[in-house]
Amino acid sequence: MDLLEYQGKQLFARHGVPVPNGQPARTVEDAVAAAEAVGYPCAIKAQVQIGGRGKLGGIKIAADRAEAEQHARAILGMDIRGLTVHELWIEAASQIASEYYASVVFDRSAKAPLVMLSTKGGMDIEQVADEDPDAIAHLHVDPLLGFQDFHGRRLAFEAGVDDDVVRPVGAMLAKLYDVFTSEEATLVEVNPLIITPERDVKALDAKVTLDDNALFRHGDNADLRDLSGEDPQERMAKERGLTYVKLDGNVGILANGAGLSMSTLDVVAEAGGTPANFLDAGGGSRADAITSAVEVILSDPKVKAVLFNIFGGITRCDEVAKGLIEAFKQINPTVPFVVRLDGTNGEEGRALLAEAQLPNVYTEPTMDGAAAKVVELAAAAAQESS
Amino acid sequence: MSILVDENTRLCTSGITGREGTFHSLRNREYGTQVVAGVTPGKGGQDVEGIPVFNTFRAAVDAEGANTAMIFVPPRFAADSILEAEDAGIELIICITEGIPAQDELRVYNVLKKNGRSRLIGPNCPGILSPGKASVGIIPASFFKQGNVGVVSRSGTLTYQIGNVLAQSGFGNSSIVGIGGDPVPGTDFIDVLGMFQADGETELIVMCGEIGGDAEERAAEFIAENVTKPVVGYIAGFTAPPGKTMGHAGAIVSGSRGTAKAKAEALESKGVRVGRTPTQVAELAASLLAAAA
Repeated sequence: MDLLEYQGKQLFARHGVPVPNGQPARTVEDAVAAAEAVGYPCAIKAQVQIGGRGKLGGIKIAADRAEAEQHARAILGMDIRGLTVHELWIEAASQIASEYYASVVFDRSAKAPLVMLSTKGGMDIEQVADEDPDAIAHLHVDPLLGFQDFHGRRLAFEAGVDDDVVRPVGAMLAKLYDVFTSEEATLVEVNPLIITPERDVKALDAKVTLDDNALFRHGDNADLRDLSGEDPQERMAKERGLTYVKLDGNVGILANGAGLSMSTLDVVAEAGGTPANFLDAGGGSRADAITSAVEVILSDPKVKAVLFNIFGGITRCDEVAKGLIEAFKQINPTVPFVVRLDGTNGEEGRALLAEAQLPNVYTEPTMDGAAAKVVELAAAAAQESS
Repeated sequence: MSILVDENTRLCTSGITGREGTFHSLRNREYGTQVVAGVTPGKGGQDVEGIPVFNTFRAAVDAEGANTAMIFVPPRFAADSILEAEDAGIELIICITEGIPAQDELRVYNVLKKNGRSRLIGPNCPGILSPGKASVGIIPASFFKQGNVGVVSRSGTLTYQIGNVLAQSGFGNSSIVGIGGDPVPGTDFIDVLGMFQADGETELIVMCGEIGGDAEERAAEFIAENVTKPVVGYIAGFTAPPGKTMGHAGAIVSGSRGTAKAKAEALESKGVRVGRTPTQVAELAASLLAAAA
């Protein structure tokens, strides 16, 4: 789960990471009140989970009340690369002497947290890594040992931070590592980490990704989920406990298991089609879960045809067939379905479908044949409607 | 031969009294696996259809000589259960549980690595099947028969799909190892590739990867250096958009890293044939085996 900047900063503040004083707001009135409380000059910042919002007009400095109102009005409701701004964060404007970069990431390859520090802050760090890799100091931390003071010093010296801030920057890294472990994040990134003219170290931005699997231990964090940024179909699927990812094609897809689902998308693409979604109906799917999944797939108006690709292990094909039959009773779909049922109880499943004689449902014995058929049907339907 | 599980496996299931734990332990026993014990704290002294239940792994090892553990407890208890099995000296721990917090997995991985006495397979995996010998986990064993193709995979159902096409072409398997779809698997492709290379029964290896991480790229390097048997690869997720988790916690393209294209190219650059569809994988495997025969 990705946090908004202000949620990350509030988390930082709880762990003693210095951040500018600020308040969130959802309306122009609240934004002006927040600006008055924070004082001027202040920064009015769009809260969206996307980089580069400053360049797109999502961050403005207000010198007084009138400007605060003007900027808040302009930014609220603004569209930033497809995301609508619903929330603002108003914080005291900071004086900047130097801009650094700091992060703690979950390095799955090394199986350890990776701490990075660079004096080239304020820019895209992937670009820095490509153009000037030596400008980034790296250190893997043994998770059984944790972050030690010497780690902080080593990173600060290796990155070449100003001599007078070696210790405070090291201390800042220790606190960020603490956020990473105690909040169970998979990413904690500060860009820029600033040094003020008074030589204070502050986190001017905050990008935090929390581990969804650990939210059961962090009830407060679980409540931070920003549903407004989510696609409506993805939200609907999540509420139903389905693993669904929206794509932009016209072939709806349901398969069982993450690997087979991904593979089904690929095989449809190989056959010349464009997948509308990824949907893993999971192991041991029961009929009602299948019915529910069909509703989610068909709620995307772009879908012209649907492919069911099931290889039953724990999942029983007869349950899948029952779910599809039930879906036809409840929602009466108008698009064609291609169904491939193989594996556990495959014969029973195919017999149920044959008996039900559902309109516009085609069964295919193989994955490749089913993909070719659904692509053909989707193409025909797309041509008809254009 | 075969790898990891066979006639000598003495299995103990953690969470044996739960619905799934009971169902799959009995299924594994039905297949012929020696299921010698179960662990559920507080239910020691009971039995599940004749399989004795113990309060601790240590008691299960002492009384029944368990040498393999299967973890079926919910995610919040799974790391603790793996560490308990390791502490009791169990050599092979197979964790089926999905949804374990990433930092629990990091801790478990690093403890096992430091102590160096147990191997973890998974988490979030379907288990291991050595056809005709033993099945530990949830792989539907009826689709597979004994043979000379070793399979290692990050995905369960995809493995069944490929195994089924292979079986229809007349090929069986030495062992099928699901290493799981999480970001920190206890055992990686290279570990299993090394075991198949050393296994007398295995003549060809099928390796099913997917987007995310760099395990396939590292496997490509390993194959070039250490594997002389033919390897056929498959990578799922060519159509996956960046930044989206595709079902498995570990299946995510981060920025430009971890793409299916890069993985397939890494394997092909080392001479591994990569099938674009599961059917192609089986066809490639069949033609390579026919050429070798």
